[in-house]
Amino acid sequence: MKRYSGFSLFANALSYHEKWQKVWRKPVPKKEYDVIIIGGGGHGLATAYYLAKMHGITNVAVIEKGYLGGGNTARNTTIIRSNYLWDEAAQLYELSLKLWEGLSQELNYNVMFSQRGVLNLGHTLQDMRDIERRVNANRLNGIDGEVVSPQRIKEIAPLINTSPNSRYPILGASWQPRGGTARHDAVAWGYARGADALGVDMIQQTEVTGIRRKDGAVVGVETTHGFIGARKVACVTAGNSGVVAAMAGLRLPVESRPLQALVSEPVKPCLDTVVMSNAVHGYVSQSDKGDLVIGAGVDSYNGYGQRGSFHVIEHTVQAICELFPAFSRVQMNRQWGGVVDTCPDACPIISKTSVEGLYFNCGWGTGGFKATPGSGFVFADTVANDRPHPLAKAFTVDRFNSGALIDEHGAAGVAH
Amino acid sequence: MLLIYCPHCLESREEEEFSYGGEAHIARPLDPENLSDEQWGDYLFFRKNPRGIHHEMWYHATGCRRYFNVTRNTLTYEILESYLVGTKPQITEVGV
Repeated sequence: MKRYSGFSLFANALSYHEKWQKVWRKPVPKKEYDVIIIGGGGHGLATAYYLAKMHGITNVAVIEKGYLGGGNTARNTTIIRSNYLWDEAAQLYELSLKLWEGLSQELNYNVMFSQRGVLNLGHTLQDMRDIERRVNANRLNGIDGEVVSPQRIKEIAPLINTSPNSRYPILGASWQPRGGTARHDAVAWGYARGADALGVDMIQQTEVTGIRRKDGAVVGVETTHGFIGARKVACVTAGNSGVVAAMAGLRLPVESRPLQALVSEPVKPCLDTVVMSNAVHGYVSQSDKGDLVIGAGVDSYNGYGQRGSFHVIEHTVQAICELFPAFSRVQMNRQWGGVVDTCPDACPIISKTSVEGLYFNCGWGTGGFKATPGSGFVFADTVANDRPHPLAKAFTVDRFNSGALIDEHGAAGVAH
Repeated sequence: MLLIYCPHCLESREEEEFSYGGEAHIARPLDPENLSDEQWGDYLFFRKNPRGIHHEMWYHATGCRRYFNVTRNTLTYEILESYLVGTKPQITEVGV
């Protein structure tokens, strides 16, 4: 892999930028791999990268039915934070945030990670009690955070309406300065480039149609381009996890629902942080391009259509216009949906399964993007060593039978 | 926007009048005292999540305030039938 640098940019300018190395190869699938990862989104690519980088397992293929990073990685609102309530979740998301902080250097790829801070607004007394509890829990876990007043919120985001006369007045917020946003595509591309350089094969336009097993252990996957053998298969297929699990005769406690987002036309810089609100349900940030990136909620019912219900997005736009009256004059540019796999306790499943050599990393629901690096890191470790990474121990699928749920509906309540 | 037929009101109404009740036809355990952890977990948390035909409960919240069942395709969002709780669906496969 040729490194990107100021010098390489200058050198390639001399050949009119026509001789850049391809970012990843287009390999012909081998007959067999040590590990096959199903799903070439951010989490799958991060898993492949850390398998090769941290565990020296380079005979790996990522099998993707569409193109790399074309699913939920391309559809989220790119918000990154780690202010989760419970120790298990907080530590997992904080590991992720720490990895984000060094990711551009690590991958030699600019993921445009911008620590512009995240505000989670409170509109009721109970909101504020929950926020205080969560911020205290965060600080005990070494995660930055503070409870801020409406005056301070106004200083951070001057366009916000903090009038006590509004329909849902803002009483305060939690503020995580280390939170922020990143360029979603760049994360997938950066991990793919890094993994490719370490020998991982990216196999695109190939859909897994079956998981072949023998004596209770996995032996490979059937694909639209034939059978590919594997000693281990790691599934990272987000909204389609239930479908892939069924191929191996497994059931997962996830339900797939579309989560929507929209962007406005590009406007001049007016919001240099991320604002989220559980109570009125909306979240907004401004991309480097200038468009307001607005996220809505999940549909209340199961669905695999990548669009979502109209009234959900209508509700969110109403909330955003209530919070930012100035935005009522901004025109919408486009809207889309991604299918997320929601878990009963709003926490992911990072787990071995009853099939030997088959692993699942799913159930991230509405908040998986922020966890991309950490998810890949602990999942790679889990797959490589055939036991849960210490930080993934609490996230096995067994918790739905033991009852040891990690209820993060409070911190994950706003879909993000 | 789904247009859902309520078999109680005998009318098709917009989805905002309804709320979703999740998978239909889940039998409450008859002998809850003697369930294993697996059976309890299965009853509480493990749901069918098909990419296709799904039998699900809906509640007509701003109408008759009664539950009924719907057969819907989760991929195309086509609603194939509405039927009363306690009755069996007519449609169980795509294309039937």
